[in-house]
Amino acid sequence: MPVAGSEIVKMLPGKKPCKDCGYPTCFAFAMKLASGGATVDKCPYLSDEVKAKLLDLLAPPIRLVTIGSGDNAVKIGNEEVIYRHEKTFVHSPAITLLISDKEDDAGVEGKIQKIKELEFPWVGVNLKPDLLALHFESGDKDRFMALVKKVHEATDVGLVLISEDMDALFAARDICADRQPLVYPITKESIEAAIPRIKANPTPVGLRAEGVDALVPLTTRLKDEGIEDLVLDPGSKHLLDAIRDQTFIRRAALKQGFRPLGYPTIAFPCFLAKDSLKEMMAGSVFINKWASVIVFSDFDGHSLLPILVQRLNIYTDPRFPMAVEEKYYEVGAPDESSPVLVTTNWALTYFLVSSAVEATKVPAYICVKDAEGLGVLTAWAAGKFSGDMVGTFVKKSGIEDRVKHRKIIIPGKVARIKGELEDALNLEWEVIIGPRETTGIAAFLPAHAKELKGKS
Amino acid sequence: MEYKAPVEAYAGVVREVTIGTGRKSLKIGGENILPLHFFDEGSNPNPARFALEIIDMQPPDWPKHAVEPFQDVISDPVKWARRCQDFTVDAVSIYLMSTDPAVKDAPADKAAALTREIAEGIDVPLIVYGSGDEVKDAEVLPRVAEVCEGMNLLIGPVLKENYEAVGKAIMDHGHTAIAQSPLDINLLKELNVKLGKFFPPERIVIDPLSSALGYGMEYSFSLIERVKQIGIITKDSMTMMPIIANLGGECWKAKQAKENKEQGLLWEGMTALSLLLAGANLLVLRHPESLSLTKETLEVK
Repeated sequence: MPVAGSEIVKMLPGKKPCKDCGYPTCFAFAMKLASGGATVDKCPYLSDEVKAKLLDLLAPPIRLVTIGSGDNAVKIGNEEVIYRHEKTFVHSPAITLLISDKEDDAGVEGKIQKIKELEFPWVGVNLKPDLLALHFESGDKDRFMALVKKVHEATDVGLVLISEDMDALFAARDICADRQPLVYPITKESIEAAIPRIKANPTPVGLRAEGVDALVPLTTRLKDEGIEDLVLDPGSKHLLDAIRDQTFIRRAALKQGFRPLGYPTIAFPCFLAKDSLKEMMAGSVFINKWASVIVFSDFDGHSLLPILVQRLNIYTDPRFPMAVEEKYYEVGAPDESSPVLVTTNWALTYFLVSSAVEATKVPAYICVKDAEGLGVLTAWAAGKFSGDMVGTFVKKSGIEDRVKHRKIIIPGKVARIKGELEDALNLEWEVIIGPRETTGIAAFLPAHAKELKGKS
Repeated sequence: MEYKAPVEAYAGVVREVTIGTGRKSLKIGGENILPLHFFDEGSNPNPARFALEIIDMQPPDWPKHAVEPFQDVISDPVKWARRCQDFTVDAVSIYLMSTDPAVKDAPADKAAALTREIAEGIDVPLIVYGSGDEVKDAEVLPRVAEVCEGMNLLIGPVLKENYEAVGKAIMDHGHTAIAQSPLDINLLKELNVKLGKFFPPERIVIDPLSSALGYGMEYSFSLIERVKQIGIITKDSMTMMPIIANLGGECWKAKQAKENKEQGLLWEGMTALSLLLAGANLLVLRHPESLSLTKETLEVK
C-alpha cells in the first residue's frame, strides 16, 4: 500500500520555498518521495522524530532481509504484489538444505557436497540451491558447535541456525556471525532473554509463534529494540493452514499496510512431510504461496531440479518475456554440411526448438533472430520476423562462413515469409518450410540432414 | 496497531457444471472463494477433481516409467480406461490422437464407436479430447457427440475456428463443452461470448491451455489465476466457468520427465499443483502416481 504524496507533504516544513532539497516546492518533493525518486535526508529542516516517521512511512511494505554474505548473500522480501500477474515477484525464495547434528559424518559430507555441486544450466541461467540450515537435535552442544564450525569452514554459503536451546543458538551464531546467519526460532518464551544476545552481534532473526496474530507482539517488541531484520514462521501445522497463514501475512503487509507483519517468511516442508516426493511437492506450494526461505530435509539432482525450475517460472517477470541472445547456436558439433534452422529469441521457443533438435541427435545450427522475446507467429504478426529482417540477420550472423550449403529452414507457421526471405538473401539461399510445431522436428530433421550430407 | 485477519469475500460465483449422468455424474465449480481459501467468506462445494488420460492408440513415445502402470492394457483403450479406475479417479479422459491427420487420420466413425465403448465400460464420467486439428475435429467431435447421445460427456476442444459446428453438436446431443483458447484472456472471453450466443454457459468448461513446468507453466499459472479472479472478484460472467487443466500430455513431452521416473512424477505433480493453486477445477494427468502424489500433498500432516 504505497503512501500518497499528499500525506507526506503534511509532515514537511512547507512554510518557505527554500528549494534546498532541489525541488521547487515541498509538494513536489513529497511527490518524489512517494514515488521513490528522492530520499528524506535531502530536506535539512526535519526533526529526528519527523524524519523517523517519514522513513517508516516510506519503507517498503515487506522488509528486505539479507542472509549470508559476499557472493552468496541471499536477499529476500521487498515484494510488492500478492499475485504475480499484478506486476512481478522480485526476490526468489532461498532453497535451503537441512543438516541435523544427529547425522553421521558421511551424511554431513554428502550434503555439503550437494550444496556446493548441484547446479543446472537452464536457458541461459544457472539454477542452484542457496542456503544450509543447521539443526541442533542431538542434545550434545559440542557436537552442534563442531558441525557449525565444519560447515563454516567447508563452504561459503549462507546459514540458517536452528536450535530450541538459546545458549547453543547464540554460541553457534558467534562462530559464523560474519556469514549473517538467520537465528531461529525466537519465541514468546525466549524473546526477552534473546534481545540483549541478538544486539550483541546482530544478524537476521527468525520468529516462531502459534499463529499469525501471535507473531504481532513479537515483531513489535523487536522493532522497539531496533531489531528489524526479521523472518516470520506462523507455526503452521498443516499445508492448508500454511496457505492460510502465508496468505494472511501477505495480505496484511500489502493490502492493509500492516507493518508488524511486513517481513518475509520461512517454511519447513522438511517438518511437514514425511516422504521425500511429498516434501518437494509441499515445497512447490510454498514457492507459489510466498515463502521466502524454504527448508528441505534432503534432495538429489532429480528431486531438486523440478523445485528450482518451479521457482524460476514463478519468479520470472511476466512483463518481460524471457529472451536469449541473437546469434547462431550450435547443437551438438555441427559441420559445414549440417542443417541450419531459424527461429525467434523467445526463451521458450528457443528452448523447445533446441531440445527437439538435440533429441534427433542431428548436429545443427539454430539461428536465433531477436524478435523482442516473442514467439514465432506473434513476432511475425508484430512485424519483428519479416523476411527482410530475418534475411538481414542471417547475412550478418556469420552462418554463411560455417556451412557450404545454402539451405535454411524456417518455422512452418511463417511459411509466408519464404519468398521475401529468399529475395532478402539475394536468391543465394533456398528457404525450406519446416514443421509447424517443434514436435515435427523429430521426423523432419534427420531426413533433411541426410539429404544435405548426400549432396556434399 | 491492532491485527485484524484480512478475510475477504467476493461477489462472483463460478457456475456449477455437471458432467456425466446419473450415478456416473460429477459436479465441478460452484465456488465463490479462490482456490483453497477456505479461510475466506464463502465456500467451494466441489473441491478440485482429477482425471487420468488415456490415448486411443498405442502411445508412440512414452518412457517406460509412464507405460509401466498400464503395461498389460496399454494397447486396448477400453481396458486401459477401466484400469484407471483402480487409482481412484473422478473421471477418465480419452485423447483421440489417432484421428489427427498428421498421425493416422483415423476415421470419425471408428473414434466415435470406441468412445462409446469406453464410456459404457467405466463407472466415472468421460472427457473426450479431439486431436486439436480444427478441420478434422469438426468432423470427429460431432460424430462422437451423436453416437454418445445423452451421455453428457465433456467434449473438446471447441475452438474459435470450429465452435459453430462442434458446439452445436455437443449441445444437440446433450453433452458439455470444453472451450479452448491459446493462453490469452481476451480470446478466451471472446470465444465464450460467441459460443454463449447459442450454447448454455452452465455447460461450458474453460481450457486456457496448460503448459508444463519449465515450458511456459508460468503463463498458464498466471492466466488461470487471472481468469479465476476476474470471475470471482469482479464477477465477469464470461469467466465464471470451471477451468480444466489438461496438463499430462504437455508434462510427459518434457525431456526432464522422460529421463527419470522420480523427476517425471514431480514434473507432472508440481505442474498439477501449481495449476490447481491458480484455479483449475478439473485436472487431467497421465501418471497414477503423480496423481496420488498431488492429492496426498494437500493432505500433508
